[in-house]
Amino acid sequence: MSDFIMPNLQREKIEEYLGEGKRLDGRKSDEYRKLLVEDGVSKNAASAVRVRFGKTEVLAGVHLALATPYPDSPDSGTFMTSAELHPMASQQFDIGRPGINSIELARVIDRGIRESGFIDMKKLCIKEGEKVYQVFVDIFAINDDGNLLDVAGLAALIALGRARMPIYNEEEDKIDGYSEEEGIPLNKDVLSFSMTFHKVGDVIVADVGHDEEAISKFRLTIAMGDNNGKPRITAMQKGKAGTISNEDMENILKLAESKWTEMFPKIKKHVFG
Amino acid sequence: MMVEGLYTKREDGRKFDEVRPMKAKVGIVPSADGSASFETGKTKAIAVVRGPRTLHPQHMQNAQTGILRVSYGMMPFSVEDRIRPGPNRRSEEISKVTEWALSSVVDLSGFPNTVVDVFVQIPQADAGTRVAGINAAALALAHAGIPMKEMVSAIGVGKIDKTLVVDLNKYEDSIFHDGEGSTDIPVVMTSRTKEIALLQLDGKISVDEFKETIEMAKKACDDILKVQMDALKNVSEESNE
Repeated sequence: MSDFIMPNLQREKIEEYLGEGKRLDGRKSDEYRKLLVEDGVSKNAASAVRVRFGKTEVLAGVHLALATPYPDSPDSGTFMTSAELHPMASQQFDIGRPGINSIELARVIDRGIRESGFIDMKKLCIKEGEKVYQVFVDIFAINDDGNLLDVAGLAALIALGRARMPIYNEEEDKIDGYSEEEGIPLNKDVLSFSMTFHKVGDVIVADVGHDEEAISKFRLTIAMGDNNGKPRITAMQKGKAGTISNEDMENILKLAESKWTEMFPKIKKHVFG
Repeated sequence: MMVEGLYTKREDGRKFDEVRPMKAKVGIVPSADGSASFETGKTKAIAVVRGPRTLHPQHMQNAQTGILRVSYGMMPFSVEDRIRPGPNRRSEEISKVTEWALSSVVDLSGFPNTVVDVFVQIPQADAGTRVAGINAAALALAHAGIPMKEMVSAIGVGKIDKTLVVDLNKYEDSIFHDGEGSTDIPVVMTSRTKEIALLQLDGKISVDEFKETIEMAKKACDDILKVQMDALKNVSEESNE
């Protein structure tokens, strides 16, 4: 996402503006774009949602299929995340085998959901050692105007929050569509979402646009969940070659705590309705 | 250190801030431009540097600077369940974060249109393979004479239930699940400016505890740096003989 031609004039202008506390699109350095969520992208999936931060747009869908459990967890369902950074979304993406950007994105999101125990895997067991549900989260980028990581992560959470339980036909050993009432089993209290901060010029910036992302020195993604009303870190991932100073780290942690406090109730509402 | 919670003693008897025994050796692959091995406990990493050499395909070349390209992999026999040879999603991600961490200190502006390849392989794994690989790779880059602004050292820190620890082994990293479970945080620190060049985290940890683990990582990286510097000194002494 970073290797594209950026005119030097634009770079200087972005950094100069940020130095004065402004951004080219009029936002403050710590201000997120408007979050828009739509449901019902596909009726054939357990859920499928469309999530936008400004012009960055991602679709995410959930499927459940019948599968054999892994030998080391015979009583648990399984889980897989994939991400397609399709060429329709950006000039930087190519058709074909997933590149490093989509691999990293899918793995960061997969880890966040898996390690937090958000999906109650034990309840997705049909017959121990033989049959379980496999949960697929598929992410598809429609338009990249920066910060795909946060948008895609949120889309995955919202899709899971709204995913319906399959109807299992035991006689024929197949799935007959999805329940209208019952959602998939979730541990709602461990919900955590990720926020990515970039250092652009000398400023820590939240929810970067495409051009800001292209010229940033490093990015740090922090996922936080709720621990009795206080944010608790559940995952981190640094990207790009720049290094983080003590001062940067202090600023980012402070910003992450305040943004989490501001956004968590809204995001919870989007995920669980 | 006063310890609350379930993990009051480390599985292998170490102190909570104690790094496993380390071993580093430079110059292990004669045909390479630079090479090194780095071991912590049962985790072993080797790294080989080839380059700078002309980058192909040509359209990937950068006329302003050489580029660093890292490939990390675990050998099929490195863990109990055989790993299928070749790249997978995990290894590709680790390759990339390693590349970012090392790119923050190497300076290839004197070698436009070239690539420096860094190959990291893990013959035996007991957690902390990416950080061991980075410690080896940094040594191999220095051994190859690649210009570096400073050195880097890497360590895994984390939290086992409520206890903060340095250099998690496999039991602590992936087998312990009780109480608050296990949080692991690979960190790469630069040697002079003490800035963070790589940071990942999985688990559950408060902001204050996280800050404390970073301080522990800094201290451990100072010790690792000594081991790295000794290894580099030894090789220059050997080649003078």
